[in-house]
Amino acid sequence: MGKIIKYVFYDIIRNKIVLAYTLFLLLLSIGLFNLGGSPDKAVLSLLNLVLLTVPLISIVFATTHFYNSYEFIELLVAQPITRKKIFMSEYLGVAGSLSGAFIVGVGAPVLLFGASLTGIYLLLTGVFITFIFVALAFLASVITRDKAKGIGIALLLWFYFALIYDGIVLFILYAFADYPLENATLAMTALNPVDLGRIIVLLNLDVSALMGYTGALYKSILGSLWGISLAFGLLLLWILVPILSSRSIFSKRDL
Amino acid sequence: MKDLNKLYYILCTMVLLLTANVAFGSTLKVCKTCDYTSVKQAVKQAKPGETVLIENGVFQEYGIEITKPLTILGRNNPVIDGNYKGQIFTVLSDNVTIEGLTIKNIATSYRHDDAAIRVVERSNVRILNNTILNTFFGIYLQYSDNCVVKGNVVTGKDVTGLNESALGNAIHLWYCDNVTISNNKVKGHRDGIYLEFVKDSEVKNNLSQHNLRYGLHFMFSDRNVYTHNIFRQNGAGVAVMYTRDIRMEHNTFENNWGAAAYGLLLKDISNSVIHNNTFRRNTTGIYMESSNRLDIQRNNFDHNGWAVRLLSSCSDDVFKLNNFTGNSFDVSTNGDSKLNHFENNYWDKYSGYDLNKDQVGDVPYRPVSLYSMLVERVPPSVMFMRSFMVDMLDNIEKVLPSFIPENLVDEQPLMSKIDHDNDRKLAQIIR
Repeated sequence: MGKIIKYVFYDIIRNKIVLAYTLFLLLLSIGLFNLGGSPDKAVLSLLNLVLLTVPLISIVFATTHFYNSYEFIELLVAQPITRKKIFMSEYLGVAGSLSGAFIVGVGAPVLLFGASLTGIYLLLTGVFITFIFVALAFLASVITRDKAKGIGIALLLWFYFALIYDGIVLFILYAFADYPLENATLAMTALNPVDLGRIIVLLNLDVSALMGYTGALYKSILGSLWGISLAFGLLLLWILVPILSSRSIFSKRDL
Repeated sequence: MKDLNKLYYILCTMVLLLTANVAFGSTLKVCKTCDYTSVKQAVKQAKPGETVLIENGVFQEYGIEITKPLTILGRNNPVIDGNYKGQIFTVLSDNVTIEGLTIKNIATSYRHDDAAIRVVERSNVRILNNTILNTFFGIYLQYSDNCVVKGNVVTGKDVTGLNESALGNAIHLWYCDNVTISNNKVKGHRDGIYLEFVKDSEVKNNLSQHNLRYGLHFMFSDRNVYTHNIFRQNGAGVAVMYTRDIRMEHNTFENNWGAAAYGLLLKDISNSVIHNNTFRRNTTGIYMESSNRLDIQRNNFDHNGWAVRLLSSCSDDVFKLNNFTGNSFDVSTNGDSKLNHFENNYWDKYSGYDLNKDQVGDVPYRPVSLYSMLVERVPPSVMFMRSFMVDMLDNIEKVLPSFIPENLVDEQPLMSKIDHDNDRKLAQIIR
């Protein structure tokens, strides 16, 4: 398994896209830290970057990579290796290299310029988001053999989590404005990893004072060690569910 | 040589004049080695109009009642330590001056409001340049008029986590007229400066910070002026309630930050003026409820959560020539408050253009965003702050307004930030 991961890793690095991605993140974060006044503000801007571009690049890159290495996967399947192992090594190779790029690109500037608990949360969130969206990309890729269709599904998933979901929830909140919605909002944000990540970071910045009663409720839940572990546990669940289901699909289906 | 002689004579005359002055209204000295070793004793013996001069040292005293016009003067920082036994000075006479003392240690009491200096139903009392440490109430004036409270430093304790009822106010006025409160520094109390039923008074150049509740609290106090004060990191900034004809000018409200904090809380105010103030880093810059006919001009709103929360119970308020920069929400409202007027403000979120280069934007600006309306209506939706959906909705609404209040609009927003010190030229252009 280690050997396959290493091979996937080298293959991705030779590809140079990940290098470009690292450089892009690095330039952007250094720029943001030097541009804005306080590190908190830069973290806030970085948060937007992490929640919009990181999922998009992760999901698109992982999907195309999966389809491009189909022949390699077929070759490996002919060898005496279980499909689960092949699939997991592919996943870990892609997700590992992308999150490595993220850690170098965003992590280094954050630790250098604005090392704080919020910065650490931002990094953790970014790594989790990378893993989640690579898992979703693999799910999209195993559902269909057609590359165009697969990328389409992946993009739709990104679109859903980054934009549509918030719209739906806001609509629901508006429609049921007369009811106490605090706990419902909490439950609904847990159903979207992007929202969950955003709230983990936002609650640790001083904008949390704007969030009034709901914010206080969130803070009382997510502010404790237990709550933060719960939030990251939920994010972990968001990795495990798509990756395990796609693994079982991959193990069973006709290549 | 002649010049030097002249100077010498002048100096001599000055010194003589000084001593003559003291000799005129004779002085009772209080110190460890003087005739009087206790302040209480000296105050009792003094005749009306005399001066009690307290030299440096620590005096363990409380319950000093001043029943005749006296000047109590501290020299070289004498300390009067109440030892948590009761009130220290009670002024029961007109024309009393208390100056230059350090007064400390008064116990928190739930039964009576003990103060370092209390003035009861008197006038022309002057409380100057005292340092008051660790007391329940600092300076307490009741039914007194024409008083001056100036240059005092009132310092309480660290208020974090304390209960409001366990703290007193630093400067507390109750039914007083024509009082001047200036150049004081107050912190660590419930309210920094508290005025209730106080008329025609002036509050200026004070610094009020780290108080549990309000930096300055007005209730039923008409025709007051407060200018050039700084209110910083108070639980809820400044509250002005149930009053009219107030002038608030050149004040700074900053860092009043927290889930229930305001820079300035206005409730049932009318006919007042808010000019040239700075609101910086407050959760809510100005919160206005049932406030009518306010003139809000030339203020800076910088990096607040909400710059202005204008409830629909407000009417005839005018916002003119204000700067709104870096606020999360510029204006929010809970209904369609169409009765207020916005004109010639600078909004950093304004994205219009100015074709004829007259410094006034050609497209109107709507300071209320769709999202702020949503948050006002459905508070839980605040959790979606900085979500892309929200940014997108706001931008769409900006292009095609359909939900945000039709009439809450700045028809002539300015293109560049107003420099309030130097805006005469601009004012001419606008006119």
